[in-house]
Amino acid sequence: MSQLIYLDNAATTQVYPEVLDAMIPYFTEYYGNPSAIYTFAGNAKKAVDHARTILAEGIHAKAEEIYFTGGGSESDNWVLKATAEAYSSKGKHIITTKIEHHAILHTAEYLEKKGYEVTYLNVDENGLISLDELKAAIRPDTILISIMAANNEIGTVEPLAEIGAIAKEKGVLFHTDAVQAFGHIPLDVDAMNIDMLSASGHKVNGPKGIGMLYIRKGIKIRSFVHGGAQERQRRAGTHNVPGIVGFGKAAEIALTNMEQRVKYETELRDYLIERVLAEIPYSRLNGDRTKRLPNNANFCFRFIEGESMLILLDQNGICGSSGSACTSGSLDPSHVLLAIGLAHEIAHGSLRLTLSEKTTKEEIDYTVDKLKEIIDRLRSMSPLYEDFIKKQSK
Amino acid sequence: MYSEKVMDHFNNPRNVGEIDNPSGVGTVGNAKCGDIMRMYLDIDENGIIQEAKFKTFGCGAAVATSSMATELVKGKTVQEALQVTNKAVMEALDGLPPVKVHCSLLAEEAIHAALWDYAEKHNIKIEGLEKPVTDIGEKEEEIEEEY
Repeated sequence: MSQLIYLDNAATTQVYPEVLDAMIPYFTEYYGNPSAIYTFAGNAKKAVDHARTILAEGIHAKAEEIYFTGGGSESDNWVLKATAEAYSSKGKHIITTKIEHHAILHTAEYLEKKGYEVTYLNVDENGLISLDELKAAIRPDTILISIMAANNEIGTVEPLAEIGAIAKEKGVLFHTDAVQAFGHIPLDVDAMNIDMLSASGHKVNGPKGIGMLYIRKGIKIRSFVHGGAQERQRRAGTHNVPGIVGFGKAAEIALTNMEQRVKYETELRDYLIERVLAEIPYSRLNGDRTKRLPNNANFCFRFIEGESMLILLDQNGICGSSGSACTSGSLDPSHVLLAIGLAHEIAHGSLRLTLSEKTTKEEIDYTVDKLKEIIDRLRSMSPLYEDFIKKQSK
Repeated sequence: MYSEKVMDHFNNPRNVGEIDNPSGVGTVGNAKCGDIMRMYLDIDENGIIQEAKFKTFGCGAAVATSSMATELVKGKTVQEALQVTNKAVMEALDGLPPVKVHCSLLAEEAIHAALWDYAEKHNIKIEGLEKPVTDIGEKEEEIEEEY
């Protein structure tokens, strides 16, 4: 097998050709500024409105509750900073989790420096929060609960409806970072009592550099990017019309075929998980076995380190990712793997493989076969494995 | 991100393995940070390193620096081996990315740890050699994890 095997769809996805086709006219033909008054700009404005409607329907929201942003990180920054500012008269306490994306965690840390107090909820060994811990953490001065819909590393899907019910009962705003979940699992902002939701285009076969924030009507958070009157005066900047059109088209495809895609990916994911756990000794699955994204598999292999594994996979044309220190740019492995209770030395040997609807069984078989060779090879040169074997034989 | 030489030593590491009854063996680094190197040396009665082997748990740079370090000390006297610094290892590999410089330091420490063990076993003192601080020897706590 000489072609590329792309198993890093949680990092980003291919822009589908039909998505690109939908975008192209808005670069060269209908390039008008949708805020302009003349007829020529009307096509661009219509296209933006159409995309907004599709995205709104995808989460059971109203079109006027969708605000386009430059991506998931901007949406997350906006939610935390603007909510903190708008509701500071009520209180300065925010609740989130230890396994959020850095767009949430680093923004929360920034707010801590500005005098806000943040509670970081623990997760269990599968990455699930405790609803009792959440309830106990809510105080009279709590203004926001921000809990991700699904974790980007280990794929665990959090109990959104239950969290939403608690937030509603206690009168606290609930935001969810749904960057990994949107278009992959069903989301319903009304049924789940979600007040704000972040999503991103490039995780669902749309273009990069476009995201959205859903803000429930009546929530008073203000602009984060100041300037023109776009997006109901809440997000300045000329609309990224081709990006918005692409996001809308990608979401339309993702939402339309979600059921069959989830079924296909889940079966293939389970096949991958079963083969790895059965055929590679001293391996473990990270994240919940069933409450996980359909396309996510995350493993730890004892006695080896993640970056070495990624380089060797790459040499076989396989793209994956790892939460080892060497891939995080610090000495610590992934905060998510540590939060689920893994020892550092175990967390260093992690591998995340995220499938797409185009991933084939043959690709998975090839990947597992190569993975077995690679892990054997790395273990044969690992002093940790040498010690382990010597102790076993004693 | 890695030089061709680093990739070569990662893909075709020289001297991987163990030495039975080595003259000296040292293990440095710690699993918490994700790098452990173990170096075995076979030193003859004239103080010349006849054989060097290694085992490494770590990233691409950790493997490549271990491999290069064994190559650089082979055939050298104990005193010459002491001159194989992290800088020498890095230069021989045509450089390392800044975040990986610590791997070359670990390689230097692995040489020192193996030489220290040799000196202790043979009850000799090697001029200029100090006990490596990160030598974890056999004291490394066993990883107890449910699988």
